[in-house]
Amino acid sequence: MHEVAPINPWVALAYLASGILFILALRGLSSPASSRRGNRFGMIGMTIAVVTTLITHAPWKSGDAANSYVGIDVTAMAEILGAIAIGAIIGIVMARRIAMTAMPQLVAAFHSLVGLAAVAVAAAAYLNPGAFHIADEIGQIFAVSRIEMGLGIAIGAITFSGSVIAFLKLNGNMSGAPIMLPARHVINLGTLAAIIGLVAYFLTDQSPWVFWTITALSFLIGFLLIIPIGGADMPVVVSMLNSYSGWAAAAMGFTLGNTAMIITGALVGSSGAILSYIMCRAMNRSFISVIAGGFGADDSGGGAGGSKEQRPWKPGSAEDAAFLMSQAENVIIVPGYGMAVAQAQHALREMSDMLKKEGVNVKYAIHPVAGRMPGHMNVLLAEANVPYDEVFELEDINGEFAQCDVAFVIGANDVTNPAAKTDKSSPIYGMPVLDVEKAKTVLFVKRSMGGVGYAGVDNDVFYMDQTMMLLGDAKKMADDIVKALSGSGH
Amino acid sequence: MDFISIFSIFVLACFVGYFVVWSVTPALHTPLMSVTNAISSVIIVGALIASAAAGSASSKWLGLAAVVMASINIFGGFAVTERMLAMYKKKER
Repeated sequence: MHEVAPINPWVALAYLASGILFILALRGLSSPASSRRGNRFGMIGMTIAVVTTLITHAPWKSGDAANSYVGIDVTAMAEILGAIAIGAIIGIVMARRIAMTAMPQLVAAFHSLVGLAAVAVAAAAYLNPGAFHIADEIGQIFAVSRIEMGLGIAIGAITFSGSVIAFLKLNGNMSGAPIMLPARHVINLGTLAAIIGLVAYFLTDQSPWVFWTITALSFLIGFLLIIPIGGADMPVVVSMLNSYSGWAAAAMGFTLGNTAMIITGALVGSSGAILSYIMCRAMNRSFISVIAGGFGADDSGGGAGGSKEQRPWKPGSAEDAAFLMSQAENVIIVPGYGMAVAQAQHALREMSDMLKKEGVNVKYAIHPVAGRMPGHMNVLLAEANVPYDEVFELEDINGEFAQCDVAFVIGANDVTNPAAKTDKSSPIYGMPVLDVEKAKTVLFVKRSMGGVGYAGVDNDVFYMDQTMMLLGDAKKMADDIVKALSGSGH
Repeated sequence: MDFISIFSIFVLACFVGYFVVWSVTPALHTPLMSVTNAISSVIIVGALIASAAAGSASSKWLGLAAVVMASINIFGGFAVTERMLAMYKKKER
């Protein structure tokens, strides 16, 4: 084992404390009531880590012939504090301005910054290993540190370029359609093998070309990995990149021997991995098939073969819907991303407020992939002032559809399709769905009968006897129902 | 610290992460992502060390760039999480 600089036990304890505060920050999220306190713990933890580092690693002037000043290098310190201030202003402005529908893009953008920052730190450590106590007197970087650094830069670079692509796809700057390169699996595996090989070679040769080639190839593989993944799989991708950003932080923590970074990296890494798993399960997709990409490539799938027969369906009006729901005892609202795109959440909440006044019991049912990222729909409803104790997850509410009078589906489609339970040939077979077909009446708000969901499959619910199709824009329909409810003389 | 001690902390922290994250309510999965984003920017520690160290100008500037990026994440991540969490309200009775 190599000699390392002696560690002040107080410093080590301070980093440990911030690691524990980060655990408490996540722990707070087990319920909305404790969540804000958790977030404060996170902020305190970060403050401790930053202040500790600023004190122990303050830029130092040791004096020379021209200047006998010994002490903190004020200029350098000002530069550092200035850098923090610039970041703080940009970050807070972004956080204030962002629309809640655009949260997935913001999170992808933030992930890319973690990745790039990790690359920058790893590069700085490579260029000045003495400052990080990871090299001997003649500048040879320790073997363990080389592996850690190589992994850190690779994961960081993948996180960066992957997140940039995810951001462009989510933000609509780039088509959500998968981009399929010929022989992409060969290219990807080849690049990955080259990165692993070079990290191993880095052990014997710390020349700059090895380090920078690892960096360049890692940027490339991040890009190649995400371009073939379709828009529908973005919730998995965002969660996966969340995980990577954690592992990048952990790798840097190993390089620096810093417990705060290691604990955080492990927490974030597991968090992202669990969220990816939850999203995959919600779509009945295997992680491997998401990574392999190509889902959603066949846009014409729904109409292919022309075998779709014209089946009768029952149209309804806003007045019909208002009447049916005001007479109901229990109404379950099933919102989907289409509702958020139409900005109908406020009108929807107004509608449910009026129904509640009439004595109707209103609940919301959320499918895990109802939004564009894990938990997204819950945030959108919370923004519209829907109380969180009226919002239920799929497994908690699915049994209640059989007892409910009206299921009101707005902007959702695939997540209500019973074919996922019965039709083995359906592309969404096996995906957990909300059992809306069990409700006495289904009101289905949809723009037109033509379009189908992401998966391009027809939904039997449209054609059931108890279903009434409310065709139109989600926001306009919700507004019209509110008008009809208020005009009904109550 | 030697590698094995660090590695032990890492493995134990992975287990803590596993159990803590499964106890997060699905309704708060988006704030979970934004707050993990903020805390993973604890790599600012490395960035601060690089920007304070003497000996290499390029290392220092890379460090300062990383300080800016990590700060955007820290302040932005905590602020947007706070903004979201403030929206979650109980039914008034």
